[in-house]
Amino acid sequence: MKVVVPVKRVVDYHIRVHVKSDGSGVETAGLKMSMNPFDEIAVEAAVSLKEAGIVSEVVVVSAGVAACQDTLRTALAMGGDRAILIEISADAEKNLQPLAVAKLLRAVCDREAPQLVLCGKQAIDDDAHQTGQMLAARLDWPQATAVSAIEAAPGLLTLTREIDGGLERLRVDLPAVVTVDLRLNEPRYVTLPNLMKARKKPIETLTPESLGVDIAPRLHILKVSEPAPRARGEILASVGELVARLKEKGVFA
Amino acid sequence: MNLLVLAEHHADALTPATLSALAAARRLGGDIHLLIVGTDCRRIAESATRLAGVSRVLVGDATHLATPTAEDLTAVILSVLARNAYSHVLAPATSTGKSALPRVAAKLDVAPVSDVVEIVDAETFVHPIYAGNALATVRSTDPIKVITVRPTAFAGTLSETSAAPASLETISVPPADTRSRVTGRDLTASARPELASAKTVVAGGRGLGSKENFERLLVPLADKLGAAIGASRAAVDGGFVPNDLQIGQTGQIVAPQLYIAAGISGAIQHVAGMKDSRVIVAINKDPEAPIFQVADFGLVGDVSQLLPELTEKAG
Ligand SMILES: Cc1cc2nc3c(=O)[nH]c(=O)nc-3n(C[C@H](O)[C@H](O)[C@H](O)COP(=O)(O)OP(=O)(O)OC[C@H]3O[C@@H](n4cnc5c(N)ncnc54)[C@H](O)[C@@H]3O)c2cc1C
Ligand SMILES: Nc1ncnc2c1ncn2[C@@H]1O[C@H](COP(=O)(O)O)[C@@H](O)[C@H]1O
Repeated sequence: MKVVVPVKRVVDYHIRVHVKSDGSGVETAGLKMSMNPFDEIAVEAAVSLKEAGIVSEVVVVSAGVAACQDTLRTALAMGGDRAILIEISADAEKNLQPLAVAKLLRAVCDREAPQLVLCGKQAIDDDAHQTGQMLAARLDWPQATAVSAIEAAPGLLTLTREIDGGLERLRVDLPAVVTVDLRLNEPRYVTLPNLMKARKKPIETLTPESLGVDIAPRLHILKVSEPAPRARGEILASVGELVARLKEKGVFA
Repeated sequence: MNLLVLAEHHADALTPATLSALAAARRLGGDIHLLIVGTDCRRIAESATRLAGVSRVLVGDATHLATPTAEDLTAVILSVLARNAYSHVLAPATSTGKSALPRVAAKLDVAPVSDVVEIVDAETFVHPIYAGNALATVRSTDPIKVITVRPTAFAGTLSETSAAPASLETISVPPADTRSRVTGRDLTASARPELASAKTVVAGGRGLGSKENFERLLVPLADKLGAAIGASRAAVDGGFVPNDLQIGQTGQIVAPQLYIAAGISGAIQHVAGMKDSRVIVAINKDPEAPIFQVADFGLVGDVSQLLPELTEKAG
């Protein structure tokens, strides 16, 4: 079966971002960009299913500016077979919303006819946690979110989801959209030889227009602000002192 | 204006997160319809008719809804929306709400807003992005606003009741979507307070070293304080505790009166889940650990010495 893996280019997870002084958004200029960590897990899952002989082809897809090619190359170096870039302008990327991404991915799925889409459970920039579910809805396919284990059988998947309070086991018919959580696997490192090999793998470029999708934002960003900082605390010398201070605050029995 | 709130319940009671979503709905104003979905949930539905601001309780009762999938919840919500005009659909930002509401929104062709922490007006919402390092104020232009509500941002209470009880209506539900089925759940059984709504949370990280140490050093303190137990991702990955105790950007969001972080470095992903706690205590052997930047009180030292001492002096 064919698998589509959507991958997003985001500010690297090690970086603490700052809000632009005019409140128009988050400053991303000059910051290190990486593949969304959950999407690395999705690529790893797809590639290991291919290595296990269950998957025949892994197609990685990214919507964003031309530099998303780097993200796609990384996914190809991890073992993806080919890539699709849905290229949009930097301005459009600033407010590209999950509903629009879901519609773009739906159009890609109409062309590619995969049996499975493996998404990240959330992108660490918008923290939306929406795209996979919205894609499933637009395709009218079943979905499973926050998946930490996948077992494939002909025509269906047996999955474990991380839910509040524990784990849920789910049986889902294919085709389906699955979003992956941290404990599904540990993504492999990209080696230099694989990165070289990935240069020869094809990246096709499409546009929202060529896919016939309107990506105009539905949510207008009025303002982006920094949360109020916490007042700087104090280092105490002893446990006794800590207990006294907590009692003063009324939070310690 | 009608608002639809998706309720969650277990053990015959609405969850605290549902009460928070109701509090957010009351901020919006209008007639609140509470949708209760499940199997044999009449009792919960009856008690819910007394909740402040709720004018109607809708009950979707069917055997396949005992552990509903996002597909089944979506079908029920869409059938309710088809029969009545609603301006808003709200759910708590729990694993259920976060899974189902984007699906509902996409079916309606509207853009949902996740994790709302503030309601500015009926179409303007504030929600955190970038692990809470920024707050975005967004205005929705869609005819129906679909939002999930961060429970820690809205205080919900059961004690607010209305004088006139809400009407109770059983709705017919669409048949099960058999393409996806829940085959089982392993819920962590615990006598402790629920993590998301506990007054005190004691959390441990990689610095605890092992599952054995976690149980020897941290659990007695939690027992003594009547606290919920939480953990960093490293502690979960290390097998010290189950996954549902992970606090952070991609785990549980908590805001207790007291949060004690032991052997946790304070990565942005962890801090995202606990920085709105009222009082934060950090215990770490590294005086440079970033956790001290968000802590009200810090102790620099070894957990194997400081935690037993704190446990002894507590209570
Ligand atoms: C996509 C993504 C999502 C993530 N989501 C989350 C999330 O939701 N929640 C989360 O917590 N993390 C998350 N992380 C991981 C996060 O980046 C950190 O790696 C993690 O929080 C570190 O856990 P820790 O503080 O326990 O471990 P470490 O960073 O290793 O810190 C251990 C601390 O213990 C101290 N220590 C060691 N021994 C002792 C001792 N004997 N006594 C006292 N102190 C001691 C050390 O000084 C150190 O500060 C995520 C990461 C990614 C990439
Ligand atoms: N611009 C994009 N290009 C490709 N995939 C995306 C994009 N945005 C979101 N996704 C996918 O959707 C997942 C969830 O993102 P979000 O709903 O924004 O939290 C990500 O982990 C990706 O798999």
